[in-house]
Formats: sequence, structure tokens, C-alpha cells
Amino acid sequence: MDFLTLLQILDSTVRLATPLLLACLAGLFSERAGIFDIGLEGKMLAAAFMSGAVAYVSGNVWLGLLAGIGASMALSVIHGLASITFKGNQLISGVAINFLAAGLTVVIAQSWFAQGGRTPQLTGGARFNPVELPFAEAFRDIPIFGPIYAELISGHTIIVYIAALTVPLTWWILYRTRFGLRLRAVGENPAAVDTAGVSVVGLRYAAVGICGILCGIAGAYLATALQAGFVKDMSAGRGYIALAALIFAKWRPWYALYATLLFGFLQALALRPDLIERVLSFKVNGQLLDVLPYILTVIILAGFVGKAIPPRAGGEPYVKER
Amino acid sequence: MDVMPKWAEVVLVPLISLVLAAILSALVILAIGENPWDALMLMIDGALGSTYGWGYTLYYATNFIFTGLAVAIAFHARMFNIGGEGQAVLGGLGVALVCLYIPWPHWSLALVGATLGAALFGAAWAAIPAYLQAKRGSHIVITTIMFNFIAAALLNYLLIGALKADGMEPATPKFAESAHLPSFQDMFSFGETALFRGAPANISFFVAVLACVAVWALIWKTRLGYEIRAFGHSESAAKYAGISPTKIIMVAMMISGGLAGMMAINNVMGEAERLVLNAVEGAGFIGIAVALMGRSHPFGVFLAAILFGFLYQGGAELALWTSIPRELIVVIQALVILFTGALDQMVRGPLEKMFLAARRNKAEA
Repeated sequence: MDFLTLLQILDSTVRLATPLLLACLAGLFSERAGIFDIGLEGKMLAAAFMSGAVAYVSGNVWLGLLAGIGASMALSVIHGLASITFKGNQLISGVAINFLAAGLTVVIAQSWFAQGGRTPQLTGGARFNPVELPFAEAFRDIPIFGPIYAELISGHTIIVYIAALTVPLTWWILYRTRFGLRLRAVGENPAAVDTAGVSVVGLRYAAVGICGILCGIAGAYLATALQAGFVKDMSAGRGYIALAALIFAKWRPWYALYATLLFGFLQALALRPDLIERVLSFKVNGQLLDVLPYILTVIILAGFVGKAIPPRAGGEPYVKER
Repeated sequence: MDVMPKWAEVVLVPLISLVLAAILSALVILAIGENPWDALMLMIDGALGSTYGWGYTLYYATNFIFTGLAVAIAFHARMFNIGGEGQAVLGGLGVALVCLYIPWPHWSLALVGATLGAALFGAAWAAIPAYLQAKRGSHIVITTIMFNFIAAALLNYLLIGALKADGMEPATPKFAESAHLPSFQDMFSFGETALFRGAPANISFFVAVLACVAVWALIWKTRLGYEIRAFGHSESAAKYAGISPTKIIMVAMMISGGLAGMMAINNVMGEAERLVLNAVEGAGFIGIAVALMGRSHPFGVFLAAILFGFLYQGGAELALWTSIPRELIVVIQALVILFTGALDQMVRGPLEKMFLAARRNKAEA
């Protein structure tokens, strides 16, 4: 395999890892605050549809992004109501949200566009287009660094760079701000947070809200950057892979980046079976690559490679009197 | 003391949840420019207006009874088995292997063999997440989700590889004629009048009904059932009473997986008579809605499964005759899960207040 092909693979790794990373960080905020969220998939899907629809109608991708975030937030509010206000089962609420999104997106898409549950193709300003970083062309001839800069680092959509910046930002918020400290505390021991006079409900809603925003960006990326428009079930299990990555990363931001890059790399490889065959000189089954993230996560969960310990109060509604 | 009388708990709460889900679904239908009343009439006519419609309704209901019971059993042990889908996929594999490689002399023997095969494969697929939960403390919801995907990929791999029939399609060869299960048409048509003509409902519906009775007896009439319920109410109390958590988690999950797997005698052996890709069609997930709606009681599961069978067949008719896509059923399913499962407290809260107020009035008077 030559250097350029490797760069191509890594390039698509970055593109495919971006939605996983955003969804993974979304889940990280929520779960660190003690709210399990298996509805990442549904939120991404809803956001993908709304962003695709609004971007198509308005011709403006930024409006699309806003609408996508709005759709994701609406589902977040449902999740918050169910799991915080009404102290319901967070897992069941997540399942409901996934089905709600899977059904509603197709029903509405069919009603609005009548194209079999998809939005029309997005073109021009209705999509996020690649951003050329400064000096990409000038540096291209420098050996090693030039191609890496021009091919791998430059030429992605703005959301890829936003996602990359979200990682240090998340780290900073979680570990260097008062809000982050309280957020982590509310996921471990909400009673202590409550005793300190900080609102458990407020913190958890904030976390669920941040989760909604990030899922919204992830979904909008699918429909307006990775592909040109919404198609039925386009999130294709990414929400669950993000969940797997979150466990893989043991609920830590930087590790979330590495885990999603690894899973993105596996997805990129699955798209190029010819390459694997040439390099390894035997055929690797495509299905195996597709499910490798899940298998790896099960192995991690089994505790063979370090133990993944979730936030202690995760999944349990907080009841004051107890 | 319970705030609400038992009948309110088992009838009123699910019914109100259902009405709420129905109202929201009607709004969705209105919003996409169709008439909800006409839609409902069309669904009733298509799903219940003929023996043909009933044949489909009961066929779908059979699937949902099995997956609903599977989720319900796990609920009794306070576990959420979200992996019914994958367990049903593996059950299909079990049925296919039994039907393809064993020459059965008669369908009744084949049915017994296939049921065992399906249950065994489903149980085995549930056993791994159960073991990881019991021994390693890894969350059963996460592992069963992962196992759904792994099951789908495994089936995909086998159907384009080892088990594939000649031809382009990723499917096994057709099962032998001797493994053909009697359909409702075979059983209930006499002379000239053919009832249930062409509908896929078959004898496995009665196996599903038997499974309901068996699960009821298991949960409420056996020592194991008692242990499962005790474990579900309080793990620490169960431990104190000498009940082994590992045993209960393993056994409950394997029964659950076995039931989900048994769905395959209906859809794989009874209907398709070969194993195809995506044979489960989300029935494993509908089991969640069915179990929640049916309050984890086998009789409730039976009724809820019929309701969802009706929704499924009715939804197919809607998609055929109107511009309402089939996915509307997914929306209804989501709303049922939301109201009966996650927003339960929202429905229950005001009701409890009402009953409390009524009781106070009575006491004062």
C-alpha cells in the first residue's frame, strides 16, 4: 500500500469518525450526569432529516443545521421529561425515541417530498462544502508533511473541525469548570450535589440539552456533509456504535476521540475490501469489519481489557426523600 | 398500601396510555393530510374484516406473543432484554438447521424438533450477555444491543456463504415438504369454503398460546418463578433468602432468549419455509411494546400482541390504499412504548391523586 492510499483511508476515517465522535461526546455529557441515553441514534436520525429538509427548502445549510439541532433538542426534551421529571425508565425512553424518529422521519418525509421517505438531493449552498485550509496547495510539495496537510488535514467540512475542537472543549468543561465538576458529581452521587444546594434536575436537564445539541450537529453532518440529503434510516446504527465507543473510552473525552477514530477506521476499511485483500493477501469478511466495533466493545465489557465502570448513579432517577 | 385498586392498575393505566398514543397518532395522520377516522376504518376492515385479514393479524400476533413473553420474563427479573431481535434471528438459524439437515417423517415431529432448535439457539444467544451481566457486571442492555448487530452480521455471513441456496438470493434452500406446518387454511377450511385463504397464520399460533399458559404457570406457580420475581423486586433481599443472583440472571435470560427464538417456528418454518435475510422484521423490538402494554402478564401480552398484530396488518393495508406509509406503525409503536413505559408516571400520577381524593371523600362522608 502506498502512502497516498493510506492517506485516502485515513481521510475517510476522519470523515466517518466525525458523526461517531459528536454522538459519543453527546452521550458522554448525558451519561456523566447520570442519564443513560440509548436514544442517540434516534436524535441523529431526526436531526439528519430536519437539517436535510430545511436545507433543501431554504437553500441554506446553516438554517438546516439549526433545524437539525432543534429536532434533536425536541427529542431530548422528551427524554428529559421521561427520565428526570417523571422519573421513568431511561432505557425504555431511549428505545421509544429511536422508534419515534425512525417512524416520523419517513412519514413526514413522504408527506413533504413524496420521494419514498427521502429528501431531494442537496446541492451548492444547501450542503457543507470542503474547507481549504490556508497554504494547503503551497505545502503540497513538501515531502511527508505536505500531502498529510493537504490531503488529510485540509479539505474537510467545517463540522469536522468543529467536532475536533469539541474534544478539548469537552475535556475543559468537564475537568476545569465548576459546571463540569457538578455534572460529574451528579452522575456519581446526586444526593451529595443536592445537599450542597445545587439543583440535580437543572444539571441533568443541562446535560441532556448539551447531548441534544451535539446529536443535532452529528445528524446534520450525515445529511448535509457526508451525504447530499436525507435517506431513510441513514444513521445506520451509528448511535449504537457511538454508545459502544463511549464504553470503549470509559466515559472520557480524549479516549472518546481515539475510540471513534478506531471505529471510523474500521468503517473506512469496510468500504475498501479490495485494499485489505491486497495488503493482507487474504480476504477479510466485510461483515466482520462491520461488527468489529460491537465485538470489541463486548470484549471490553467482559473486562478482559481493563474494566469499564460507568458513572455510579447512571440510569437511576433521583428521588429527593430517599 | 397500594394507592390504586388492582383493576385501575392493570386496565386503566394501559388503556389511558393507549388512548394518548392513539390521539397523538391521529394528530400525525391529520398533519399529513389524511382523515384519521377513515384510516382507522380502513385498518379495521383490512385487519379484521375477513378471515384473510385475521389470518395476517394472527400471524403477526404469533410473533409478538413470543417476543412479548420474552421481554416480560426478563422484566420480572428486573432486566431489560432488548436483544429479542438477535435472539429471534438465531432462533431462525436453529429452525433452519433442524429443518434442512434432519429428514422429518411428519410435520408434528418436525415442529417439536424445530421448537427445540429455535429455543436452544435463542437461549444460547441470550446466555452470553447474561453471563457477562452476572459475572462481569456489564450492562445487559448494552450487550444485548451489540448482540443484535452481531447476530444480523452472522446471519448475513451464513446466508451468502455456507447455507446459501443456488441462485442470486441470500437465502437457504426451501425446507422439505414434510416440514410444512399446517396453515389456518389447511386446518379450518372444509369442503368448498376456504377460510384464511393465502394468509400465513399457522399452527404455531397455538404453540404461542401454550407458551402464554406455560409462562403464567412458571411465573406464578413454580418455585423458580417465585425466585425470579423475588429477585426482580429486590436483589439484596433475594440474596439474603439464599437465591443465587447468577442463577436467576442466567435462567431468566435464557428462558427469555428461548422464547424470542421460538418466534422462528412461525415466521421461518410456518411462513417463509426457508431462512431469508431480515426475517424478524423488528418483531423483537415490538416485543418491548407488547410486554409494557401487557404489564408483563402473559394474558396482557396475549391481548397486546393481538393489538399489535392488528396494527401491523392494518398498517400494511393503509400503505396499500392511502398515502400513509407503513412507518406510521413504527410511530404508534414508539408512542405506546413511551406512554406505557417511560412516561408511566405521567399517566399514573394524576390517577393516583384522583383515587386518593376519592378515598378521602369517602372517609369523610
